[in-house]
Formats: sequence, structure tokens, C-alpha cells
Amino acid sequence: MGHGGGIAHIARLTALFQFLHKYASPRYFYGFAGRLIPWLAGLTALLLGWGLYQGLFVAPPDYQQGESVRIMFIHVPAAWMSMFVYMVLAGAGAVGLIWNLKLAEMTATACAPIGASFTFLALVTGSLWGKPMWGTWWAWDARLTSELILFFLYLGFMALQAAIDDTKRAARAGALLALVGVVNIPIIHFSVQWWNTLHQPASLSAINKIGAPAIHPSLLVPLLVMAVAFTVFFATVLLMRLRAEILHRERYTTWVTELVKP
Amino acid sequence: MSGSLTGAFLCVLRRDLLLAARKPADVATPLVFFAIVASLFPLGVSPEPAILRTLAPGVLWVAALLATMLSLNRLFAADHADGTLELLALSPQPLAALAAAKTLAHWLTTGLPLVLLSPLLATQLYLPQEAFGALLLGLLLGTPVLSLIGAVGAALTLGLRGGGVLLSLLVLPLYTPILIFGAGAVTAAAAGLDPEAYLSLLGAFLAVALGFAPWATAAALRISLD
Repeated sequence: MGHGGGIAHIARLTALFQFLHKYASPRYFYGFAGRLIPWLAGLTALLLGWGLYQGLFVAPPDYQQGESVRIMFIHVPAAWMSMFVYMVLAGAGAVGLIWNLKLAEMTATACAPIGASFTFLALVTGSLWGKPMWGTWWAWDARLTSELILFFLYLGFMALQAAIDDTKRAARAGALLALVGVVNIPIIHFSVQWWNTLHQPASLSAINKIGAPAIHPSLLVPLLVMAVAFTVFFATVLLMRLRAEILHRERYTTWVTELVKP
Repeated sequence: MSGSLTGAFLCVLRRDLLLAARKPADVATPLVFFAIVASLFPLGVSPEPAILRTLAPGVLWVAALLATMLSLNRLFAADHADGTLELLALSPQPLAALAAAKTLAHWLTTGLPLVLLSPLLATQLYLPQEAFGALLLGLLLGTPVLSLIGAVGAALTLGLRGGGVLLSLLVLPLYTPILIFGAGAVTAAAAGLDPEAYLSLLGAFLAVALGFAPWATAAALRISLD
């Protein structure tokens, strides 16, 4: 490492900041997201259509659970997304808190209602699945309970942000709460798991003795496609919400005034 | 003694304890609440000793949780209203240490009295004698965690409209592990099992909360004071 290495390093950093400055500026991102949304929406429709068709019509019924096993194709991706979105929310919140990046703050805010919806969907489909399988709409089973607590965490985040009028404080307080939540989620998860378990163990990580996944490919492939479809759907909705959030937060700037001028 | 970190910590602790001593009604209210909630269950459910005995661990812990939560508003609200909090934030000593002192004072005036009152209520609910140790030890380890986590919530909701209800929405989901293991310890001891695993986990939570919560509280206070 000599003098040249240092200069190259600084040049790279400068390039990174120029890149960030350009792409992470709300004004640029607004247009960029607008161009991206139709593509993502199309991809969502394709993946969701194929995954749902495969899952609801082509995949064989389970020898124990019959046709109701098809709820899995909604329930499992929704449950995955409920946790994934919280991680995105907390990650964006942390970036916003540390580097004071407006776009990251807005991302955290925009994530919350989507994540809460996925959690709600996971709870509802879990309940619908529980009725034929366990004979009851609700069971105080470990994973259902930790999903319920996750739902409350989302609601708390949204309620806190809604109660604060100052945007800056709302963003920072929400981010801190999300980080406290992230530390707690594994603790809550394992506490509840130890407390009571009725839910079947996670099928995907259950690998049988010859090394193949315990779930048959005819079920696994549609399930994974649905998971990707849910993720792309999340990206689409997130960008749409972000655009709305950008317009709202930047409503006093000239570019927004000119944009919305009839 | 005023220049050092320990000095500042002790000074804030002493001040908060003194303030609590001058207004004993504020200290008593959560305790009365604790006693009333625990006494409502026999009225609402059944006065049968067999039923109350199985309910007792959960009832006592839920009542302790709610009583702590109700007292959290007191933690920073008055200091926020009269500007003391801003002065604390401006002090050369780390705000986390001062927040820790305030949290300790809160525990000494809320958590500790709850622990001391609990055997009386446990007797009222027919909890077996052999579970008293687990109840006391569990509450002794668990209630400081409630104060520590609650302090973060109280700092975040400082001066917000509907602060009290909002605070419960933020804090109660985070309290669930404490409730599970606290009540679990009592239930295990009442069934003649060894509650050590539960109590060890409560101790672990306390260690983690002691390490993280004061810094999170300080960060939340700075956000709220901005």
C-alpha cells in the first residue's frame, strides 16, 4: 500500500458517494422507481400466476392433509415475508439512523404496513389451516404466537410513527424501536418455542437421511416460486409506497410542486 | 464527588429516590394497582383454591407486568416537563449512565416493592409454599428487566399524545419472554420441579438488558429531546 493506493481508495469512495448522492436522492429515486414498477409488477403477475396455478391445481394433495395442504403456498411465503420485511425495515431504519439517509428512513416507514399485512395474512391462513388440521381456529402454538407478537411489534412501530408529528423524530424513534425489536425477535421466538410447541417443524430445513429435502419437488418448486413471487410483490408495493412517501415528505420542494401542477 | 461518573450516577439516583420519598402516593399507586388486579381474579374466575392455585403464577406475573408498565410514565415525564432532562442531556457525563441511574431508582421504587408485596398476594391465591422462593427470585431478576425495557419505551413516547396507551403497545410485546419464564419458574416450582433453568434464563435476560437498555434509552431520549 503506497500513496497511489490511498488515492485510488479515496477515488472509489468519492465515486460511491456520488453514486449514492444521485440514486438515493428522493427526486432521482422517484423517477427511477416509477420506471421500475411496471417491470416488477409484470414479473409479480407472471410468478404469482404460475405459482398459484401449480400450487392450487397441479401439485398433488397431501396423503394426510388432503386438499387443505394448498394453503401452504400462501401461508408459508407470507410467514417468511413477515420476518423478512421486518429485517428490511430494521436495516433501513439503522441506515437512516447512522448515515442520516432520507430514503432509508422513508423505506422503513413504507415497509411497516406491508409487513403488517403479510403477518396478518400468515395469521389468517394459519388459522384457516389450523381448523381442518388441528380442529381449532386458534392454537397457542409457538409459531402462531410469535407471529402474533410480531404483528403487535409492527402495530407498535406504526402507532409510534403516527403519534409523532415531526417527520425527523418519527423516523428516528421508529428506527430505534425497530432495532430494539430486532434484538428481541429471536428471544421472543425461542421463548415461545420452548413454552409450547404444536406446530410442525420447518419442513424445508428437515432434510432426510439420504440428503434430499423432506418435501417433494412437486410441492417444493411451486412453494419456492411463490416465495420469489411474494418477494417481487413486496418490492413492487414498497416502491409504490416509497413514491407516495417521497411526494408527501418533499411536498414543499419546487420539483414536487412542478410535478403535481396540473 | 460531583466530577466523576460514579458521582453523577449516585447524585441522580439519590435525587430520584428523594423525590419518590417526598411523594409516597406516587410510589404506592402501582402497588395498590398490583394488589387490586390480583384480587379481581378470584372474583372473576372462581374462589376455588384448586383453580386459583394453577392461575396464581400467571396472575401474579401479569399483574406485576401491568403495574410496572403503568408506573413507566413517571420515569421521565416530570423531568421532561420542567427541563431537568435537557440539563441531564447537556451534562458532560454519558447520558446512558444517568438514564441507568434513573432506571435503577424506578426499579427501587416500583419493582422492589412489588417483589416484597408478592408473597402476600401469593398466599391470597393459594400458591403452594414451595413455589414462594421461585416467585420471589423470579420477580427479583425479572422486574429490573421490565424497568430497563420500559425505560426505552418511556423515552421514545416522551411528550406524545396518548403516550400511556402507546407505551403499552410498544412495551408489552417485548415483555413476553419475561412473562413466559417468570411464570414458568413459579409453575415448575409449584409442580415440584426444579425452576433453575427458568431462573437462569431470567438472569441472562437481565444481563443482556443491563448491557443494551441504558444506551438505547439514552439514544431514545436524545431523539425525543431534539
